[in-house]
Amino acid sequence: MSSSTGASLSDELPDPDGRPPLRGDDANTGRAGDKVFGGLAIGSGIVVIAMVVLIAIFLLFQAIPAIGDDKVNFLTSREWNVSGRRFGILQMLWTTVVTSVVALIIAVPFAVAIALFLTHYAPRWLAGPAATVIDLLAAVPSIVYGLWGVIIVAPKSEGLQNWLSDVLGWFPLFAKVPSVGGGTTMFLVSIVLAIMVLPIVTALTREVFSQAPAAHQEAALALGATKWEMIRTAVLPFGKPGIISASMLGLGRALGETVAVLYILSALPDSSKWTWSLFNGGDTFAAKIANSASEFTGGTSTGAYIAAGLVLFILTFVVNAVARVVIERRKAFSE
Amino acid sequence: MGKRIDVKDLNVFYGDFKAVEGVSMTVEPRSVTAFIGPSGCGKSTFLRTLNRMHEVIPGGHVQGKVMLDDEDLYAPGVDPVAVRRTVGMVFQRPNPFPTMSIRDNVIAGLRLNGVKNKKVLDQKVEESLQGANLWNEVKDRLNKPGAGLSGGQQQRLCIARAIAVEPQVLLMDEPCSALDPISTLAIEDLIGKLKEQYTIVIVTHNMQQAARVSDKTAFFNLEATGKPGNLIEMDDTQQIFNNPSKKATEDYISGRFG
Repeated sequence: MSSSTGASLSDELPDPDGRPPLRGDDANTGRAGDKVFGGLAIGSGIVVIAMVVLIAIFLLFQAIPAIGDDKVNFLTSREWNVSGRRFGILQMLWTTVVTSVVALIIAVPFAVAIALFLTHYAPRWLAGPAATVIDLLAAVPSIVYGLWGVIIVAPKSEGLQNWLSDVLGWFPLFAKVPSVGGGTTMFLVSIVLAIMVLPIVTALTREVFSQAPAAHQEAALALGATKWEMIRTAVLPFGKPGIISASMLGLGRALGETVAVLYILSALPDSSKWTWSLFNGGDTFAAKIANSASEFTGGTSTGAYIAAGLVLFILTFVVNAVARVVIERRKAFSE
Repeated sequence: MGKRIDVKDLNVFYGDFKAVEGVSMTVEPRSVTAFIGPSGCGKSTFLRTLNRMHEVIPGGHVQGKVMLDDEDLYAPGVDPVAVRRTVGMVFQRPNPFPTMSIRDNVIAGLRLNGVKNKKVLDQKVEESLQGANLWNEVKDRLNKPGAGLSGGQQQRLCIARAIAVEPQVLLMDEPCSALDPISTLAIEDLIGKLKEQYTIVIVTHNMQQAARVSDKTAFFNLEATGKPGNLIEMDDTQQIFNNPSKKATEDYISGRFG
């Protein structure tokens, strides 16, 4: 199973004799097939690495002059006025990260529950078709999610959002924002993003749960564990690194989602009206960049958007690095 | 502690397939009973009916009675979970929980029972590890992963985990078949010690082992593949190995088949 973190479950699972997976057999017959395949494999690896490096270089070269020209602090300003050369990313950073994190908070419990249902509770005749239906969610184009979100869900969720802000309004995250109506808020974006990342997180966690060793499940049952206790003792701990890497992959997708966010999210009523609230509008990096495609006239203004793209790029890198560290730290207990 | 097991006319099924037929036997409290027989004869399957673990496999069910003292394990309303807390099990491959420390492995069953008092748990950890002849080897690294131990130590850790919940009966399904001779000896010594407190039933492919550790031996066989397994005979271990009453038993023990 591959993952966004580059950590693979199979890295951690030695074969039954305890040896690491087969690697580094130097036997070389010198036949044409060996040479072609070896060349292709090495070539593909180099191309992938070169692409990442070149993209980073492109972003840096375009972004640095623009940031140098910036009249406000690029990282700490919430102002975005490209023609006035005043651009700061803080508002976009906030909107991007918060919508994605809230989406994960909603999606991961559902994904884990669905995966557990499919692997341990559903009868066999149901598990296969149900898994296919979940996978189909991933095949829905994001534009469809965007339209569905703005036309159907936004008005229907307005009541829930008003209720939440009435009850929890004392907490800044849930404060009322009167100028944003119709439910097209960061909160709604989070819900739609949660649905969009659900299939991928579910599919990966299901994969991991189905590999939980039968020996450990039997051990728990033989101790007198109920089904849920068995899952808590033998399945969830085994699946934890998988849940984390699946979540990070979902987070990566949510961070970069463009079209659905672009359709749903209201712009901030006025650039000065930024609040902590989830019931506010805003811009994510990707949506802002996509929305401003007509302004790409070269020079500093384009560079400003590319700088924003660079931040998104770095953000995704950090997410993956954190996931990697979390998984590494658990390795001692998962052999 | 240690209860008597009384099995009457037990048939074991997987779905429609009858895996074991017509077994009746009595296992005395605080004794060691060995099940021997060729592969596929149903001895492991039968063993797993004694704590209802065979029901974990979809379609697994039985006809007949298994009495633990006066209690029928298959009476309606008996919860398999409760049965498994009374009848512990040790498996062929050592299977300590990989995500848990040695200490947490030992008290996993107590945690399930809701024991939280740290003092009680600490005491139980020492007691169970002492009971499994493992305490001296691991007392300085109780918080290290259980998976870091050797195979034999892991198997004794599993025994400690099983006896920590104070079962009445301990079932062992080929507990030494994945271990080296030294570790096997350690487990066999342990079985001799455990039978002072527990009723022990052990499945083994190693006939010398059956002869060494058990008081009684039961020989299982099947007529042909696809047919259900039967209990051929059960007697004192001495008797089975020196003077079996059935021809099939003698053939198996003397190595003429199996």
